Amino acid sequence: MASDAPLVDAPELLSEIRRTFQSGRTKSQEWRLEQLHSLLKMVMEQEDEIGKALSLDLGKSAYETYSCELALLIDSCKLAIKSLKKWMRPEQVSIALATVPSTAMIRPEPFGVALIISAWNFPIMLALDPLVGAIAAGCAVVIKPSEIAPATSAFLAKMIPVYMDKEAIRVVEGGVQQITALLDQKWDKIFFTGNAKVGRIIMAAAAKHLTPVTLELGGKCPLYIDSTVDLKVAAKRIVIGKWGSSCGQACVSPNHLLVEKSFVPKLISTLKKTIVDFYGEDPHTSKDLARVVNKNHFKRLTALLDDPATADKIIHGGERDEESLYIAPTLLLDVPLDAPIMNEEIFGPILPIITVKGPEEAIDMIADQPKPLAIYVFTNDKVVQDQMVSKTSSGGMVINDAVLHVVCPSLPFGGVGESGMGAYHGKASFDAFSHRKSILYRGMSVEVYARYPPYTRKKQQIIRALLSRDFVGLLLVLLGLRK
Amino acid sequence: MATDVPLVDAAQLLGELRRTFSSGRTKSEKWRSQQLRALLKMVTEQEKEICKALTLDLGKSEYETYACELAMVLDSCKLAIKRLKKWMSPEKRPIAVATIPSTAIVHPEPLGVALVVSAWNFPILLALDPLVGAVAAGCAVVIKPSEIAPATSAFLAKFIPMYMDKEAIRVVEGGVQQITALLDQKWDKIFFTGNAKVGRIMMAAAAKHLTPVTLELGGKCPIYIDSTVDVKVAAKRIIVGKWTCSDGQACLSPNHLLVEECFVPKLISTLKTTMVEFYGEDPRTSKDLAHIVNKNHFKRLTALLDDPATAEKIIHGGERDEKSLYIAPTLLLDVPLDAPIMNEEIFGPLLPIITVKGPDEAIDIISKEPKPLAIYVFTDNKAVQEKMVSETSSGGMVINDAVVHFLCPHLPFGGVGESGIGAYHGKASFDAFSHQKSILYRGFTVEVYARYPPYTTHKLKVIRALLGRDFLGLLLALLGFRRQE
Repeated sequence: MASDAPLVDAPELLSEIRRTFQSGRTKSQEWRLEQLHSLLKMVMEQEDEIGKALSLDLGKSAYETYSCELALLIDSCKLAIKSLKKWMRPEQVSIALATVPSTAMIRPEPFGVALIISAWNFPIMLALDPLVGAIAAGCAVVIKPSEIAPATSAFLAKMIPVYMDKEAIRVVEGGVQQITALLDQKWDKIFFTGNAKVGRIIMAAAAKHLTPVTLELGGKCPLYIDSTVDLKVAAKRIVIGKWGSSCGQACVSPNHLLVEKSFVPKLISTLKKTIVDFYGEDPHTSKDLARVVNKNHFKRLTALLDDPATADKIIHGGERDEESLYIAPTLLLDVPLDAPIMNEEIFGPILPIITVKGPEEAIDMIADQPKPLAIYVFTNDKVVQDQMVSKTSSGGMVINDAVLHVVCPSLPFGGVGESGMGAYHGKASFDAFSHRKSILYRGMSVEVYARYPPYTRKKQQIIRALLSRDFVGLLLVLLGLRK
Repeated sequence: MATDVPLVDAAQLLGELRRTFSSGRTKSEKWRSQQLRALLKMVTEQEKEICKALTLDLGKSEYETYACELAMVLDSCKLAIKRLKKWMSPEKRPIAVATIPSTAIVHPEPLGVALVVSAWNFPILLALDPLVGAVAAGCAVVIKPSEIAPATSAFLAKFIPMYMDKEAIRVVEGGVQQITALLDQKWDKIFFTGNAKVGRIMMAAAAKHLTPVTLELGGKCPIYIDSTVDVKVAAKRIIVGKWTCSDGQACLSPNHLLVEECFVPKLISTLKTTMVEFYGEDPRTSKDLAHIVNKNHFKRLTALLDDPATAEKIIHGGERDEKSLYIAPTLLLDVPLDAPIMNEEIFGPLLPIITVKGPDEAIDIISKEPKPLAIYVFTDNKAVQEKMVSETSSGGMVINDAVVHFLCPHLPFGGVGESGIGAYHGKASFDAFSHQKSILYRGFTVEVYARYPPYTTHKLKVIRALLGRDFLGLLLALLGFRRQE
């Protein structure tokens, strides 16, 4: 079991990996391409094993395993392989007049040794997608997968050394003790996916060593919807957005709906029908729903449902079976805003529906909460779209859909405020593990005598004119025509 | 005196600024542009007052005040005013096949209420240059200037409210107690310039609220120099790099020289001659040297000089006068690498010269130290240039000069490892105070039926083909479906 694994000696591990990094091996383009190809190979050859692990850990279907984890990962690898040369290339930028003649370059270099700590809900993707960025950037890496998804953790611990350079990329299994031991060490970068409470612990540990961090956290992602939309399509996208990814246990899951008053009855009836279309009359028998990850979370979620102020607001679902860690896709209507279920990120298959008067009320409610990882807005009214975009803040947004922005590699994916700091996907992954070193190249041939003391009045005038690009003034001073 | 100022109620201050920010006022292009112009006006109109303050705090000459602080602030303001519209505009990005049809946009928004904590050595520049970025980004801002440069702190506290929107931009003077009170609050961004020890305290405080930080720290910036260079030009550049910027009290100051063995005598004699040309036989009489900031630092620096293993290595300078906080530009040759002066960032007018065999030994010495804010390499040998660039790591580098990369607004300025996190200058300043919000816009017209359960084998085939951009496979899967019907 992942949390039973013996504690790895963290200082020894780090110094081994540092030695590998210092050898310079991970910096070469060849090494990076090799590793990316190996990772791609592993994901493609081991798809069955991965499917088994995800089924054990979360009851994910082959469809969900592919579409929500593997497809993105394969895409990331391929994009990195294709773009690596371009990403690695130094970038020339304009110089300042004051430094003419010179050449200014920005040259990316790897931070060094990186620690990736991943979460249990997309245990393959959240370990390996950051890994793509770390390798592309030329870092050496330690991955600490979540012990709450033990089959996937074991898979990674077994297979990564088989395919990849084990002196540069290591997997460490374990629980809280192991991670605490790792966090005592000085890393050159820490990449963490998880909740805000642990995010604070990670950042505080990083502060001891001035280690830069990327924190991919969560939040209560709200979905605002009004009556201008295509009801059927909206309902399908909401249902799949909520229950199609880890059964609501995703940082980008719609947490709750804020529905324009006039639309509530229609939306509810279509949602109910769509849930039945997708998962059948008894969703327990559906193969397309993942399970709640463990008993702890099962108990947490059922406690939220069983709260007196909440239980009588259930309008669909509510059934549960502890043995199979099953909770039915559940809808609630107008729970009180101070009910426990509205006071934490639900992270489960329960969807509260809150009636609002319109976008202003929705914005007020959203602004009362910490900034979430995503806000979803379903409306065909462009004015309302703009209003929601400009008056709310979140990591990202989708208009007229949910979750889907995650699949665009050109859109940096990350949070703000309580939902995180930094971003990744596409080039942003490479950047997350790179230091962009600014370099100015000068020759020795051109000298500006006004640069050197003693600083006479004239030299001052020259330097003022030069630095403020006042060419006429410069000319006048040089000709001796300015007092 | 900055440290005697009564403690400001930090919670109340933050509440006021948050209200201003929530009103949306700071987000408009008009407000941002207005404030940038007001800042520009203040710096232009109050140049004399600024010079007085910098003379009082650090003994800086008018030349140095202009060239090393004001010119940069003016440039930053002007660039931000010119580019503001462009920086603010949302940027379109390519979409993924899986989301067709859609539009992908990255939309910058201000992080919110920012805290800028600045240092004493460039007390105008390091308070106002980050302010340019914060204002351009649409943030409300509290500036906490360093109490160790009290005249400048007082200047900022007096003049910023006169020129700028005082409900959105505030200056808080004070010492450690005040800053601790401020750090207890939840900021949306903290921008700190100072040393690594305080940098850790800042980041730890920020961690409590998950506040993103930019930390501009320091480090021991080494110069490596070999015999391929023009010794006269190199010597001049080294000397102004070291002594014209706050008398060596700059995060970018060359800390020490690593000199190729055969070049040492020539370089030393040229350095000595040039130093006399620049500052005179008795540099005490030169108007072009700043002084040590205060008695604490004076004592610290003279203690470094008076260490027995160090004192005998002085080859030029070494004179000092506590009353005027003066230490002569001083050269030392081959102090032991474990002497106290080699074990901290000097931050003063002392320049140790260390003999090395060549670039490999220099790289060894450099890599044993934490990553500095800058590394300077003087050589005309391109292979050596490339070696130093690829085998060392630092915030930034200059080849054949020192410090001047700072002047290029398009080169992000920041550290790595112990020398800092994040960067600024030019657009990087705007970015430092912004959140780049990713937005995907979709319509309702195109639906992919394979997206929805129940998931049949066929649907899995279609989605695999679609997500894998296997268009032929997609076609076959779709045709296959039709054939079954």
